[in-house]
Amino acid sequence: MANSPDTGNPNLIAKAIKEGIFAGLLALGMFILFVGIETYQDISNALVWRTRWGLLAIFVAVAAIGRFLVVGFIKPHIDRRKLAKAKSGVLEISEEKGFLRTHFLKIALVALVLYPIVAVMLAGTQGSLKYVDNFGIQILIYVMLAWGLNIVVGLAGLLDLGYVAFYAVGAYSYALLSEHFGLSFWILLPLAGILAAMWGIILGFPVLRLRGDYLAIVTLAFGEIIRLVLINWTDVTKGTFGISGIPKASVFGIWSFDVGAANNFTKAFGLPMSSAYYKIFLFYVILALCLLTAYVTIRLRRMPIGRAWEALREDEIACRSLGINTVTTKLTAFAIGAMFGGFAGSFFATRQGFVSPESFVFLESAVILAIVVLGGMGSLTGIAIAAVVMVGGTELLREMSFLKLVFGPDFTPELYRMLLFGLAMIIVMLFKPRGFVGSREPTAFLKERKAIAGSFTKEGHG
Amino acid sequence: MTPQVDTQTNTMTSTITGDTILKVEHLSMRFGGLMAINDFSFEARRGEITALIGPNGAGKTTVFNCITGFYKPTMGMITLNQKDGASHLLERLRDFEITKIAKVARTFQNIRLFSGLTVLENLLVAQHNVLMKASGYTILGLLGLPAYRNASRAAIEKARYWLEKAELIDRADDPAGDLPYGAQRRLEIARAMCTGPELLCLDEPAAGLNPRESAALNTLLHTIRDEGVSILLIEHDMSVVMEISDHVVVLEYGQKISDGTPDEVKNDPKVIAAYLGVEDDEVEEVIAEELDGGAN
Repeated sequence: MANSPDTGNPNLIAKAIKEGIFAGLLALGMFILFVGIETYQDISNALVWRTRWGLLAIFVAVAAIGRFLVVGFIKPHIDRRKLAKAKSGVLEISEEKGFLRTHFLKIALVALVLYPIVAVMLAGTQGSLKYVDNFGIQILIYVMLAWGLNIVVGLAGLLDLGYVAFYAVGAYSYALLSEHFGLSFWILLPLAGILAAMWGIILGFPVLRLRGDYLAIVTLAFGEIIRLVLINWTDVTKGTFGISGIPKASVFGIWSFDVGAANNFTKAFGLPMSSAYYKIFLFYVILALCLLTAYVTIRLRRMPIGRAWEALREDEIACRSLGINTVTTKLTAFAIGAMFGGFAGSFFATRQGFVSPESFVFLESAVILAIVVLGGMGSLTGIAIAAVVMVGGTELLREMSFLKLVFGPDFTPELYRMLLFGLAMIIVMLFKPRGFVGSREPTAFLKERKAIAGSFTKEGHG
Repeated sequence: MTPQVDTQTNTMTSTITGDTILKVEHLSMRFGGLMAINDFSFEARRGEITALIGPNGAGKTTVFNCITGFYKPTMGMITLNQKDGASHLLERLRDFEITKIAKVARTFQNIRLFSGLTVLENLLVAQHNVLMKASGYTILGLLGLPAYRNASRAAIEKARYWLEKAELIDRADDPAGDLPYGAQRRLEIARAMCTGPELLCLDEPAAGLNPRESAALNTLLHTIRDEGVSILLIEHDMSVVMEISDHVVVLEYGQKISDGTPDEVKNDPKVIAAYLGVEDDEVEEVIAEELDGGAN
């Protein structure tokens, strides 16, 4: 039998070889123009082309051998394990979860709190900058943005493609108000949140009646409008030049991170001058903001408004038949989602010290939405994992110089960032169509809390 | 006791018998060139089960959608009298206000449950307005004040009560989409009851049920009536209609053709003609024969 899970089976090897050759041909067809041929300008600026058969051969070989291994060895192995489990009568749901899985959240939290300290210990004060700033802060900003968008998309089921607009509102609120009125970060952080929430409501009103594709288009347009206003309203926003010299956040006004200040943090503690301390401080600030977002989301889900959001995602007409005002329900979802975007925006402004419309392009909205979808709509843990994989993964690509050994010395992994991002998304969606965590935790229970399989929950209709 | 509600109109000609909960007067609904309902009037009495029957396409669901605010009627007046004497003109309320303020709950012909929420959560969503107030519109609840915790516990008790009545208590923590069809029907009714209605509108509750599920549904409906909640239902299954309803209204081509007790309606030649489909002159013949028979 061809399907028998026996690796020694000649039929299986024959099938694997056949599929491997087929995959190789497919890869050849796909990549022959993209990879096999390269255009470049010669000395006289004429566009000429040359071939890269070697690189093409590597691509085809990876596809063919990969397919051969999957069909011939990996799949039979997985089938055998499943069969053995089924024979011994172990159900997947009754399986005891490992220590790591049951205490995942606590372990993750402790790891996050210790992360900057470990980074400093391992890489030194200056060396830790890369790990704390590029990885830690960058990922946590996206975690916070995705958790904020999760309220709108994951819970209320309203597809918002212009979420980055609220991020921009938060960032510019902080940049402009601190520049003109000299207000501190800690006053402007809540203010930026409130302003973004207001814009959330302003966006919410016109789209109340829209659903699905139409809602997506209008929110997309809203994001672009905000960006275009930022570019063109040069009197206020300085257009594409952006606003620079945004003041740094202080430790609640007690210690400052400005180099010349009398109450400088490093001076007060007698530490050597380094920007790493500021970054470590910022890491804890964004971590606290993320935890606030998670706390509010978890609490809201157990409140009537949170349940109404999820009910809205499942069936809007039934909601109205139960006396739920869907207008205010939608507006609160937009407002609260936007508020967290605003918090993240003002944090972004103080971290960069510079904001320009360049940072708030549609691609940002798409990345945040992709993180929410990949993580599993509605699941905070899943979204956090997706943010780590997606943002951390793309950052990690910069470090992967060993890829040059495979693809030749001209290979620059950063250029393939988006390609690999897309590839990763396709793979995740193939194997986990509902995201990393597809199941839903119920908000109330009578006897036992059972996770709800993703196949029952709906994605929302707009 | 005759609740005098509307002072601005005196168009209602039928006599008010007993305590009227719902009064529909001269209701018309036009979709473009189609007159779905044409000058339709009827009354439903408090504490009774009123059935609205008629052949397919007669406009029954349109009447329901007008009463529950999903359509705005082209013409007509729909009055709801509450126990405490307050009355509401339903055509002037927005759809969610009809449930929230006028206390009219409904179910749907094609079941509309929140399939990704658990059975219990479905019933908690139905108590949204009560819980919203108790949580101080989320703000007080976010701080974890005891008022919300108590209200939340009371809401779960209410849900438990209706789960027991609907025989769904064992499935309380399962997703609603996982229930068998008959149980989903009962859950939708239980969910509507959790909004605390005075009038419950059921759109074909027995559609697609097997005889045993049908019997369970009848028991549930009787329980609801015994709680003092009036029921208005659309139904095709004549055995259900004749068994449980106190009052039957028959609709054909958007017009009322008969109105009375189940027995009266069952023997009305116009109703028989509407269901069996005979020519108009034949109906007249039948009526004539009846009159002859009565004379003899």
